[in-house]
Amino acid sequence: MSMFAEVTLSRPLREILAIVRHVPFRIAVCLIIFGVFVLAAMAPKVLQTHDPLAIDLRSALQSPSIAHWFGTDQLGRDLYSRVVEGAGQSLAIGLGATALSMSVAMAIGGAAALSGGLLDSILSRIIDVLFAIPTLLLALVFVTVFGPSVLTEVVAVGIGTAPGYARMIRGQMLSIKGAGYVEAAKVLGHPFPRIVWRHILPNAMNPLTAMMTIGVGQAIIWASGLAFLGLGVAPPAPEWGALLNAGRNYVIYAWWLEIIPGLAVTAFALSLTIIGRHLQDRLEGQR
Amino acid sequence: MSQGRPQPVPQQPDLLRVESLRVSFGRGIAENTVVRSISFSLRPGQCLAIVGESGSGKSVTARSLIGLAGRYANVHARQLSFDGMDLIGLSDRAWRRIRGTEIGFVLQDALVSLDPLRRIGKEVGEGLLLHGAVSSREELAQRVIALLKLVGVPEPETRAEQLPHQLSGGQRQRALIASALALDPRILIADEPTTALDVTAQAHVLALLEETKTRGKALILISHDLAVVSRVADEILVMRGGEVVERGTAAQIFRDPRHPYTRQLLDAVPSGRPPGSRLSPSTIVRSPLPQMQLPLQSLPKSRPILLEATSLVKRFKGPDGTLRAAVDGVSFEVRSGETLGIVGESGSGKSTMARMVLALDEPDEGAVQFAGRPWTTLAECERRARRRSLSIIYQDPLGSFDPRWTVGRIISDSLSSDVETRRKRQERVIELLDLVGLSQALLDRRPLELSGGQRQRVAIARAIAPNPAVIVCDEPVSALDVSIQAQVLDLLGYLKDHLGVSYLFISHDLSVVRHISDRLIVMRRGRIVDSGATEEIFRNPLSEYTKSLIAAMPRLVRDQHIGHSTTILEGGIA
Amino acid sequence: MTGSNGVRIVAHHPIVWFARRIFSGVVVVWAAATFAFLIQCVLPGDRAQIIINVTSGNVGPASSAELAAINAKYGFDQPLAVQYGKYILQILHGDLGESYQQHRPVAAIIAERIGPTIVLAIAALLIAWLIAILTTLFIAGRDNIWSKLLNGTQVFLATVPPYWLATILLVLFAVKLGIFPVIGGNSPIGLVLPTLALALELSGFFGQVVQNEFTRVLEQPFVTSARARGMSDFGVRLRHVLRHAALPGITLSGWALGRLLSGAILIEVVFARQGLGGVLVAATSSRDVPIVSGAVLISAALFVLASLIVDLTYRVVDPRIKLT
Repeated sequence: MSMFAEVTLSRPLREILAIVRHVPFRIAVCLIIFGVFVLAAMAPKVLQTHDPLAIDLRSALQSPSIAHWFGTDQLGRDLYSRVVEGAGQSLAIGLGATALSMSVAMAIGGAAALSGGLLDSILSRIIDVLFAIPTLLLALVFVTVFGPSVLTEVVAVGIGTAPGYARMIRGQMLSIKGAGYVEAAKVLGHPFPRIVWRHILPNAMNPLTAMMTIGVGQAIIWASGLAFLGLGVAPPAPEWGALLNAGRNYVIYAWWLEIIPGLAVTAFALSLTIIGRHLQDRLEGQR
Repeated sequence: MSQGRPQPVPQQPDLLRVESLRVSFGRGIAENTVVRSISFSLRPGQCLAIVGESGSGKSVTARSLIGLAGRYANVHARQLSFDGMDLIGLSDRAWRRIRGTEIGFVLQDALVSLDPLRRIGKEVGEGLLLHGAVSSREELAQRVIALLKLVGVPEPETRAEQLPHQLSGGQRQRALIASALALDPRILIADEPTTALDVTAQAHVLALLEETKTRGKALILISHDLAVVSRVADEILVMRGGEVVERGTAAQIFRDPRHPYTRQLLDAVPSGRPPGSRLSPSTIVRSPLPQMQLPLQSLPKSRPILLEATSLVKRFKGPDGTLRAAVDGVSFEVRSGETLGIVGESGSGKSTMARMVLALDEPDEGAVQFAGRPWTTLAECERRARRRSLSIIYQDPLGSFDPRWTVGRIISDSLSSDVETRRKRQERVIELLDLVGLSQALLDRRPLELSGGQRQRVAIARAIAPNPAVIVCDEPVSALDVSIQAQVLDLLGYLKDHLGVSYLFISHDLSVVRHISDRLIVMRRGRIVDSGATEEIFRNPLSEYTKSLIAAMPRLVRDQHIGHSTTILEGGIA
Repeated sequence: MTGSNGVRIVAHHPIVWFARRIFSGVVVVWAAATFAFLIQCVLPGDRAQIIINVTSGNVGPASSAELAAINAKYGFDQPLAVQYGKYILQILHGDLGESYQQHRPVAAIIAERIGPTIVLAIAALLIAWLIAILTTLFIAGRDNIWSKLLNGTQVFLATVPPYWLATILLVLFAVKLGIFPVIGGNSPIGLVLPTLALALELSGFFGQVVQNEFTRVLEQPFVTSARARGMSDFGVRLRHVLRHAALPGITLSGWALGRLLSGAILIEVVFARQGLGGVLVAATSSRDVPIVSGAVLISAALFVLASLIVDLTYRVVDPRIKLT
């Protein structure tokens, strides 16, 4: 009897273990990295070793050591704690920008693909024109018009990356619209909105999930690029892009001020990219 | 092991000897053996055919003979020798000296087997250049033209300058054979050389292969189709699951097949059986089949007309910007409870017509009436309610299923909304699965987890679920292996008698159409060239084109006396 | 999912095709010009006020006389439709307006700074192609440690922020090793690190696309056919597969222009190069709209030009399109 209970108890556990065992090693590593960043964003205090804003001029511009893992900046602030502190804002900017650009892209690209005809030609033309303008330049336009701020940064990156996504979404939706099962549903006499709701949208969702995962990482890269140019959030905030911009002037004397925040951006984006591509492969395998 | 084998030219030594060939992929526990212990030998002027369905290991066997089984393949054999030379463990460099020069290899579907970005002449002459067989550019050009002439490609000078997609399927396949023959190899291996071709082109290519054999080449022919090889093969190996289940001369195998699988394959070829008779062993359709009778005589003329098409025309813009009529003035009717077969080669407009019948494409002229009322002229919203009376079965069922949906949901989705409660729907789905011979264990499977035959059965279940009056079958068995094809044809026949539905049955395969249809129309270039009761057309074809189609039909040697007449219409492959 | 076999075969007369392309290009540029005009209009706050602030450096509000003078000078007091008409007319005459801050024609400012940026972009494009093709040719489709390493590197390069890669190169080769000058200016030797930084990033993208297609084509029947004729593995890769694999890469090159320009702006700032990047960043932070909108217009025109070149190249590599 007790044996039986043990078996039933451990079964879900074994199933979880089986799933975990099926996760490739590199994906597991990426998930852990991603998890650490999320933790840093949610509860920076847990990870920090110093006060990110405490100035200590005696220990200014120290290279990485046991006391200061990532070194210190020109005001002696602990870079490690600042990078941890910056995760929250950077992640928020990345998420916000991706959400914005995906909504815009879904609205334009999806409408173009589903409507067809004249509306499609007009919308795809608009997408084409916006696509002809480099992402960063489009972002610069928004910063010029609205002046630098966090909100501008989100909007600039969101709008800047939207045309590319709109194109992809339109292509994706068009190919699903032309799929055999959509025609089969039409032959069954199902009305078009029902086909959209039950076939086209759910099938477009899978690739979109993967696209968005990769997109968040990309958005953080673009946002940090804007900030790197000095067009982002104002300096006192330890957002990653701001750290990069501040470090730019010291790169010759203190490489860590530039390289390490950049490493944070890269590690985060890379882990999301690899997870996203894995999702893409997995979801594609299902169809 | 050699005493049972025919010895057409006994004085000649074996050119190729294969003993206990074993091919597997992967290693350790993941090792998957696809060919186990195959032995044969080949003499000049002899044709060996290896016949089997997909997954039988026939193609891997063929590729092992030129060392191209693949990077992950483990090839073992007690003996594998060409003209006394041991081929086991040959280095890639040594293999390259044999490939092309001693053994030529032809793959199926030349559209993808010839480099689509290179001109025909370049592809044909590539072997000559590689092995240094020509000394000048002029000589190369001459040799290429000569080769194309040899295989009967018309206007070889022009064709040599063209790209593969500019040639017809038959011409492409011949050009591919020319490229394999370029260095005058002693053995030619052809892997499904006629599978993607129309019947007339198929007949041409078979004739070419036969001619190659008479010129003293040894030939290995790989095919899934017994009827195709029956014409050329001296010896036949029947493979299944990586093993040879039967071997013998062509005559032996066709007259007196010993292994049940061979018998099953032979029975499954519709052209070898009287129309309407069952093609598959009775264990497969689980519900008891009623006594089959020839439906032709039992059909009263007075049955009501369900579907009536009058002078349908559909034009498409051609590549040069001009309008081309894909369907050009086609009229026909389908009566209740009958099967109308539409046969034609690719590009004859039959699929376009199916789409118009289903009101998926709007005809440019003419109209289709359904159950005595207008159909194609209606607005889509007026048509929607009646769409359930007209179903379709596609050639590729996989593409017609939402990949995320389970079998249960797919079938349930097509039930009419009269079936209200969840339980009733569930019961009806299981009933339908049972009707098409599938177990209800498949309910929760997704399309990708089904075999080809199972998918087509699910497609059929979905098609009959809304109780349609007419089912349009667009090449429903073309993508299936012969034995599965036989089961599906039997199932369709059974459902017709059981449910009283009518079929509009579209196929390029005359023997399949003949088997299932009561009446038949033959289409060519968008027009009807022949129509009437099926057996009447076969007995007395009116148009030259129909005659040539019937003549080019591959059939088993046992009725070879009717077979391949030489009156093949040249224009048929244009 | 347009495989190389699914290429749409367009068989219109080349001149008709060309005319259509030019026409649609003009439409894109016109739309970009409209967009550029709109940017200048939607600027929050009074435009004249901003111009005065930009010019004088003061932040306080200007007097109404000063505002009226500016409004009259730039024609802001006229209806929008008239302003728009004038703007388009100006562009047709090659006049992109005047910088608020520098009081010089935008066209001249861009013209004198765009050269080094374009040189950088084209050099990076060529090097990226070279890297992508060579690595693919030797490594793709081979299941060994090198191909795994290459795959990883490509994903890394395609994801890494360009300015960060540039900074690493700068710290490593210029600051620590001293091989290249830290501030290279526009000399050829100073071009090496920026080009490399931009090219490496792009080669990651190209490499992935070309390599994907390459491994797919390697399994195609016509490749087996070529092998069956006795062709060596490298011969097959070079003569049959590469051409097919290059096709999606070529299509991508037009798209890459946008990425190159974005990357160039960032990398020029890292290396303090005299290019469009510096001008644009300065203009953005001082809200000098005519320069930014001029750049939008120019880059749209460049994009149209690049896609035309890409299409022409495609037609050369894929004879299926030209013939028929």
